[in-house]
Amino acid sequence: MNLLWLQSGGCGGCTMSLLCADTPDLLTRLDASGIDLIWHPSLSEAGMDEALRLFEDIRSGHLRLDALCVEGSLLRGPHGTGRFHMLAGTGQPMIEWVRELAAVARYCVAVGSCAAFGGVTAGGSNPTDACGLQYDGRYPGGLLGKDYRSGAGLPAINVAGCPTHPDWVLDTLHLLARGELGADDLDDLARPRMYTDLLAHHGCPRNEFYEYKASAIEPSDLGCLMEHLGCMGTQAQADCNVRTWNGEGSCTRGGYACINCTAPEFEEPGHAFLRTPTVAGIPLGLPTDMPKAWFIALSSLAKAATPQRIKENARADHVVARPGRKPDRK
Amino acid sequence: MQLDVGDGQVDAAWVNSPLYRGFEQILLGKIPDDALVYAPRVCGICSVSQSVAAAFALGDAYRAETPPNGVLALDLIHAAENLIDHLTHFYLFFMPDFARPEYTAQPWHADIHARFRAIEGSAAPEFLQARTAFMHLMGLLAGKWPHSLAIQPGGCTRAVSARERLHLGNIVGAFRRFLEQRVFAAPLDEIVALDGRDALLHWQAAQAGQPGDLARFLALGEALELHTLGRAADRFMSFGAYREADGAPLFARGVWRDGGLDSLDVDGIAEDVSHSWMAGDTAPPRTARTLPDPGREGAYTWCKAPRLHGEAVEVGALARQLVDGHPLIRDLVAATGGNVLTRVVARLLESARILLAMQRWTDALIPGEPFHNPAAPLADAEGIGLTEAARGSLGHWVRIEGGRIRNYQIVSPTTWNFSPRDAAGQPGALEQALTGTPVDSPRHPRKIAVQHVVRSFDPCMVCTAH
Ligand code: SF4
Ligand code: SF4
Repeated sequence: MNLLWLQSGGCGGCTMSLLCADTPDLLTRLDASGIDLIWHPSLSEAGMDEALRLFEDIRSGHLRLDALCVEGSLLRGPHGTGRFHMLAGTGQPMIEWVRELAAVARYCVAVGSCAAFGGVTAGGSNPTDACGLQYDGRYPGGLLGKDYRSGAGLPAINVAGCPTHPDWVLDTLHLLARGELGADDLDDLARPRMYTDLLAHHGCPRNEFYEYKASAIEPSDLGCLMEHLGCMGTQAQADCNVRTWNGEGSCTRGGYACINCTAPEFEEPGHAFLRTPTVAGIPLGLPTDMPKAWFIALSSLAKAATPQRIKENARADHVVARPGRKPDRK
Repeated sequence: MQLDVGDGQVDAAWVNSPLYRGFEQILLGKIPDDALVYAPRVCGICSVSQSVAAAFALGDAYRAETPPNGVLALDLIHAAENLIDHLTHFYLFFMPDFARPEYTAQPWHADIHARFRAIEGSAAPEFLQARTAFMHLMGLLAGKWPHSLAIQPGGCTRAVSARERLHLGNIVGAFRRFLEQRVFAAPLDEIVALDGRDALLHWQAAQAGQPGDLARFLALGEALELHTLGRAADRFMSFGAYREADGAPLFARGVWRDGGLDSLDVDGIAEDVSHSWMAGDTAPPRTARTLPDPGREGAYTWCKAPRLHGEAVEVGALARQLVDGHPLIRDLVAATGGNVLTRVVARLLESARILLAMQRWTDALIPGEPFHNPAAPLADAEGIGLTEAARGSLGHWVRIEGGRIRNYQIVSPTTWNFSPRDAAGQPGALEQALTGTPVDSPRHPRKIAVQHVVRSFDPCMVCTAH
């Protein structure tokens, strides 16, 4: 499978994350998937002149483009010209290159939340009029338009995440190379369900604290980060805590909140990222698939029943109360 | 990049940065702590450095105090990024250029091609495997890389247990083996003890049998006379990097000019926009604005031109080691100045120094003691966060009013190195370094020397205009 990778208006972090591919490493996995990386702006020896010849060959139909991967958001500004990002050495805006190449690609893959939905580049006042390949925030459309279908009849596949996990990208590409990823394998935001059918909450080591609403108050506390510190793990669709990052990591394992970076418009949550917005002391943004009243009733019951051990550990940065010991009488 | 070529060499260069995203505009009006989410996304290669600068700026504004464990954990996370960045540059971006077909006729080409060819050479898989294993340190201490939220004003969010401290030691130790077996083929202590050009030459000669990659590079550097390429003004700046327990930085802060060391006056920094697609006039980052003006007359890049007391300076590993006074680097620069060869040697030497420090810091962690002291946010405050990313000095300036970000300015390393001309017509460091570069000599055919000069700065396009 011929793969061409373009870097648009992002930070390059999705490529850096890709280099962290683990067991086996990136090169072994590309090889095992039968992927031929025909050009990547930072990993290829070939300079811009050679890349341009490749683009020409693709445009003219001399070279088949199986997969076009785009990392970074598409910058339409200023005033629709795309001049905020010219592809170096071509005098042509990146958005034009992406339109042309996507038109002939068998598969089109948005790598990361920027390319999928706009991401952080579209944050604040969105000074560059950034959008995703086929979404503008949560709205279908984006650069390619909502009716776009790649050669194989699929929409742009949104491997969202900021950065996106190397496995999410490599597994998606591997499945595409095998012809094993179809429309049913994508969720309603065109993300591969292989990683969005789970929540970041699944497998979080703080689950026991969550059960009892034993909460961290300050960063570095061990307790659940949902009540005070902004954790969106119960809503964020991603398998971060099951698959883990860089060996044994994840955001909540690292001691900070899940900010739901696989979702459109995560960059503008409407409140401080690391503080949970509350109404009358009740956190907004409870799990979406649970009646609020039940959640509140269960929480207050759980809080009343919280074992001393869990209460104490929730507010400490290391285990201070060990399991298996009777509570000390106070 | 626009080059004026005459008589087989570059007469003048105009360095253009073709991407603008507008982070400083995006941050306006945000809740200050949210900068910790946005700032790392300025750059996926040096995202931790951006986090550190943001956390320092907020910590400065809030007068946060960091407990010793927090300082150590932050140093470890930051050092891991800088170290891996140096080697990623060397193995994946810089050395593959020498495996290109332009050099097929050179006697050394077969060996370099076999070792460093992009993706397919023997070095790439070896390095990627070592890199991935080493980055488990990020999983453990930072949750993930890039884009961690573990670095906060007042410390780090992830406390380390006794078991984890051992594990960290093993991760760092394993990477030391990679450095000692492949990069240097020598003990690190031997590398950091090299005290001058003669010592380096002796060391290289003694490597003959099974050379490491540094010796390979040195031999290549000799054959291609890389010390004659890419000299800028030999004015260097370092903000200083990594806080030791006593508060002093591991690598000192300062300015190296006219062959001597000066102290750094941070207030002497100002950004000139006369040749940038930006509105406004020259201003210090405390008060500067970043507003695109795509129609600006005479402009040719989205990058601003930061200057120190009106002077263009070079930043990076070479600047850090020079300012810090490492004898090898001081001696090399005294002999041939800053150039392609010295920049790469400084980067590898620094890698050895960083790893040794990381082992020391890991041992100094005290499980059970705090890693983070909460700092109380202030509604009105100003802060500066200065640090060193792998590729040079990085500063964040924040002003908070009414609990919101009123102004945020980022001056990143490649902005210094890739800056355009200023109002006085003075070119930036790379523009200076390119002048005189041969474009099609027998030794450096088809503009490849230009590529080596550009790469020797380890540029980062996303940092440049952000
Ligand atoms: S999705 Fe995140 S990591 Fe990827 S390019 Fe965009 S900002 Fe960088
Ligand atoms: S910290 Fe977040 S992901 Fe973990 S248990 Fe609590 S709500 Fe779930």
